[in-house]
Amino acid sequence: MLTLSVGLTQYMVLSAILFGIGLFGVLSKKNAIAVLICIELMLNAVNINLLAFNKFVTPTQFIGQIFAIFVITVAAAEVGVGLAIIIAIYRNKLSVNLDEFDWLKW
Amino acid sequence: MNVDLSLLNPEIAISILGLAVLVLGLIIPKESRHGLGWLTALGLLGVLGLTISGWNNQGTLYHGMFIVDQYAIFFKITFLTAAFLVTLGSMRFVDDMGDQSEYYSMMLFATLGMMVLASAGDFITLYLGLELMTIAFIVLVCFKRLDGKSVEAGMKYVLLAGMSSAVLLYGLSLIYGVTGSVTISEVGRAVAVTPVPALILGLVMLVAGLGFKISAVPFHMWAPDIYEGAPTPVTSYLAVGSKAASFAILLRVFVAALPGIWANWTMLVAVLSAITIIVGNLVAIPQTNIKRLLAYSSIAQAGYILVGLVTASEQGIKGVMFYAFLYVFATIGAFTVATYFYNVTGSDEIKDYAGLSQRSPLMAVVMLICMLSMAGIPPLAGFVGKFYLFKTIVDNYLWLAFIGLIMSMVSVYYYLRVALVMYRDEPLDNSPINLSTPVAVTLIIAMVATLFIGIYPGPLSQVINMAAHSFFMH
Repeated sequence: MLTLSVGLTQYMVLSAILFGIGLFGVLSKKNAIAVLICIELMLNAVNINLLAFNKFVTPTQFIGQIFAIFVITVAAAEVGVGLAIIIAIYRNKLSVNLDEFDWLKW
Repeated sequence: MNVDLSLLNPEIAISILGLAVLVLGLIIPKESRHGLGWLTALGLLGVLGLTISGWNNQGTLYHGMFIVDQYAIFFKITFLTAAFLVTLGSMRFVDDMGDQSEYYSMMLFATLGMMVLASAGDFITLYLGLELMTIAFIVLVCFKRLDGKSVEAGMKYVLLAGMSSAVLLYGLSLIYGVTGSVTISEVGRAVAVTPVPALILGLVMLVAGLGFKISAVPFHMWAPDIYEGAPTPVTSYLAVGSKAASFAILLRVFVAALPGIWANWTMLVAVLSAITIIVGNLVAIPQTNIKRLLAYSSIAQAGYILVGLVTASEQGIKGVMFYAFLYVFATIGAFTVATYFYNVTGSDEIKDYAGLSQRSPLMAVVMLICMLSMAGIPPLAGFVGKFYLFKTIVDNYLWLAFIGLIMSMVSVYYYLRVALVMYRDEPLDNSPINLSTPVAVTLIIAMVATLFIGIYPGPLSQVINMAAHSFFMH
């Protein structure tokens, strides 16, 4: 019988991979909504980190879990504002492609 | 546990004020809504008085989550002064833009976020304050939602701010994993032992996340675009408030939580400061738009303030606080001139400032004094501020002091170029610009404060000594 034990290292590797994918997406994607989704991936990598540290480093306290709940809540607010801005810019330009936003120099 | 809620008075007062302005905007008829600006300005003055009256009321709340020391109170006074001046100077601009109640309430919530940030004693409070400030600013940046430039600036800000806060959070989560705590004072005790790689990585991500907020150089690319696209009063508040608040928390985290690994980050901060000063000043030279010029100059100013962080001493903290305070008056003075000029002429280009000294002597003289103060010409406030900052590093980082000195001389060139256009060139349009009373009052406050702090810095310096001393009390 094969037994699998998942330790802190596995969680941290998973979180680092997820964070890397998110960061790559933010820097390479052209669609504004895809960039927002990639930011969410990065934030969820943070949440995995926080929960894993909570379980393995401070199992008697709930610091990490509380922190993660705050992260989720604030991220929801941020995405709400982000989507509203995407709608506003779509009405202006009829596009959500970041390459076309060139009124300001990058 | 006995919770002394009187420590929270300024925060409670400003959140009530923000909600009241929002609700009143829905109730009262459209034509009388410009009164909301006066309500906000007077309310901010009241909260400022409340904060100053609580100067000796220090303590910590909720097991160190919320620290109220004179250091935090001084920064709160800085933010509230800035918010008051911006509100006073921008009422006409906001009336032209419409939607007064949302604008003023977002302004107040951004101020609340900064105040929470200055008092943050653990990473959760830090994150909440930072995001409250950032989200309110995102809304403000794209406030002119029918103007493509403003919405585009808001779009860039929301994406980049989201990315930077994700990086910051990842850094915070690593520090929490290594030390097992999110309270800044406990982290400080835990990192006194030898640093592990995860902690260094967390530290670097923290520098990146907060470096974005203060627009330090490798993370500064957003600043000129967003400063140009945003409504001008928002730009001035973003340049002053958001930056000062980020410096407040940067000092708290680095000097209070990470002094144990000081050797690992002091060189990093020194190099960051040097390249910020160099790039900010050099790129400002070819700019033709006044808001972009001021954006690059504010990047350079952030570089000067970072100098105070290098030594992580009481003197360094004093320098940062002094500079942040006088920077409020110089920046808001310059941006208020730009706001009012835009209101009258609809232009932000430097060449249109030709002959401003004939059209409005007060605007020209305020712009000149504010810019010379930023360049650090004695006897103006900026000179004293730079003196306090660079005094701390001449012993160990003489090269950095040299860079600061040379680049200050470079900055005189592009500041005086604006002065030359204002004073030498003949105006294309000779009609005089009449200042409205609130704008004139704002400009005079900014000018008098800049001159007064420069000539007689003694009292302010003593207050800041007390505040910097309180930083190390717990």
